[in-house]
This record gives sequence, structure tokens and C-alpha cells, in this order.
Amino acid sequence: MAIGWFLVVSAMIFCIGAGGVLVRRNPLVILLCLELMLNGANLALVAFARMWGTESGQIFALIVMVVAACEVTVGLGLVVAIYRRRLPIDVDELNELQG
Amino acid sequence: MSAVLFFIAAIGAITGAIGVVTLRNPFYSVLALAFHLVSLAALFLLLRAEFVAAAQVIVYAGAVMVLYVFVVAYVGAGETLSSGGVLKVLGPLFALALAVELCIAMLGAGLKGVSSRGAPYVPGFGTPAHIGKLFLTTYLFPFESASILLLVAAVGAIMLARRRRGLEAEEQEIDEFLIRTPRPSYTGTMAEGGGVRPTPQDEPLHPEVRRADTGERVATASEAAGSEHQGGW
Repeated sequence: MAIGWFLVVSAMIFCIGAGGVLVRRNPLVILLCLELMLNGANLALVAFARMWGTESGQIFALIVMVVAACEVTVGLGLVVAIYRRRLPIDVDELNELQG
Repeated sequence: MSAVLFFIAAIGAITGAIGVVTLRNPFYSVLALAFHLVSLAALFLLLRAEFVAAAQVIVYAGAVMVLYVFVVAYVGAGETLSSGGVLKVLGPLFALALAVELCIAMLGAGLKGVSSRGAPYVPGFGTPAHIGKLFLTTYLFPFESASILLLVAAVGAIMLARRRRGLEAEEQEIDEFLIRTPRPSYTGTMAEGGGVRPTPQDEPLHPEVRRADTGERVATASEAAGSEHQGGW
């Protein structure tokens, strides 16, 4: 398969994720959609690594995975903290950082 | 053969992504994301990124998804929210515009490499040996900073999600408040069950009780006080 096909798939995944971040209001689902966007970028990185025949793009993809894991950990910690404080789990109502 | 595999994996990845966005229940969204990640690992294998595919399945579809499932089970599905009003219309429009723009950029770029099948395959491309060598030589600094980032994220998550002392104190205060609230006498409190009956002089009766039948209640109260002096039980 030509590399372009993989790039088209990665662009579609990224756009679906971006749309989901805008449309959904549950912070858990927003985190899932962020994962989608990161995965789309990962697929593009690995495709370009295949195109050039070097492994540097795969290294970047692995680093992106690490960053995504960190982001998920902190995000889910925030969701649990919000739940403990009996606040509504809804990003439209959680628009203040204090308190 | 590789074309068939590519289309199966690509359709799986895209349907998984659509499922994440459209399914109402967050638990089903998490399952759709797991499906999407496994399909994406198949795409990575087609691009000869063996180690990345293995890490994707083990780390992402394994560990991170378990974390998600635990949090969804802890928090509960909640109300199945989707944004109202402006974003509900603008969000998909923005996504569509982004997709069109990216496709125009890709088709209009005219890059020769994009339409090729990639560089010739060298044996050992994308194996753990090559990736590990690169991580410990050329990309040592990103590797080390990634490990520090993981440590910081773990500590931060514990700090965020731990049980706060402030919150616990608040709950205790509420409990104590409930205990110390003066109860009306003769309403079946545990102290009365044990024979300790407050006299009307000590504590005024509950207004509703007094309104219902004043004389009888007061009489029993004085009787109870008398029997207590005689040493009841």
C-alpha cells in the first residue's frame, strides 16, 4: 500500500477525535477523544518513518505514547478528584479553576 | 494481500474512532477505543513497526484501557452528556473542514514519497534491537526526560486523586452536627430506649407532640421521673 493511504486514515482519525473533543461534554470521553487525536498523529509518524526508511519516527511515536499515558493518568486523577468533591462531571459547568 | 489487510485494519480503526465519539455510554466508548487501538496496531505492523505495535497493544490497549475501565466503574456512567447549542453544530463542521483541508494538503502536495510504497525494506527495521539502540544513543535525552515525565505524572495523579484531609474533616463535622442536634423527647431515641427519660423541666417537648396531647404526655413524663428515682432498670 502507498504511504498516502495511511496518511489519509491518520487524518480521518485525527479529525474524528477533534470533532469529539468539541462535541462531547463528559471529561472521560474528552480524554478518549484526545487519545484518538494522538493516535492519528502516531500513525502519521510511523508512516513517515516507513517512507524514509529510518526508525526516528517510531521513536517519536513511542515518546508520544509515553506523553499520552501521562496525560491520561493526570486527567483520570482529576476526574476522580471531581467525583470525590461531588461536583458535576460536566466540562460546561466546571469552568472555574478555584475551589 | 497487504491491501486487504490494510482495508480491514483501516475500517476497524475508523469505526472504532466513530464509536468512541458517538456512543452515549462512556463504558462502551472505552471498549470502542480498545478496538480502535488493536486495529491501529495492525496498521503499525503493516508499516513494519513491530516494536511500536507491540507497545501499542501492551501499554495502550492493556494498561491504559484498564485504567480507564477502573475509573469509569468508579465514577459510574453518569449522565450521558453531549454538548448543547452552538458546539453541537460547530464541532462536526470544524472536524469536516479540518478533514477537507488535510486531504487538500495531502493531494496537492505532490510529494513523490507519499505515493510510493516507502523505502526498501532492510532486515531488522523496527525491531526492538534497533529501537533500543536508537533510544540509548541518539535519543537518550528524550528517553530520560520521558521517564522523569512518567514519574512526575504518577506523583501528580496520586496527589490529585488521594483522599483529602480537608474533605474528611468536613464530613466528620457534618456527622457530629447530626449527633448533637437536640432531638425532641418521647420520639423513640436510643437514650429513651435505655430508660433515660428527660423530664419536661430539662428539655421542652417537641412542639408537635405538645400540640397533640399535652396532659397525658406530661403525666407520663413525671411518672417516668418518679420511677427512675425508685431505681427502675
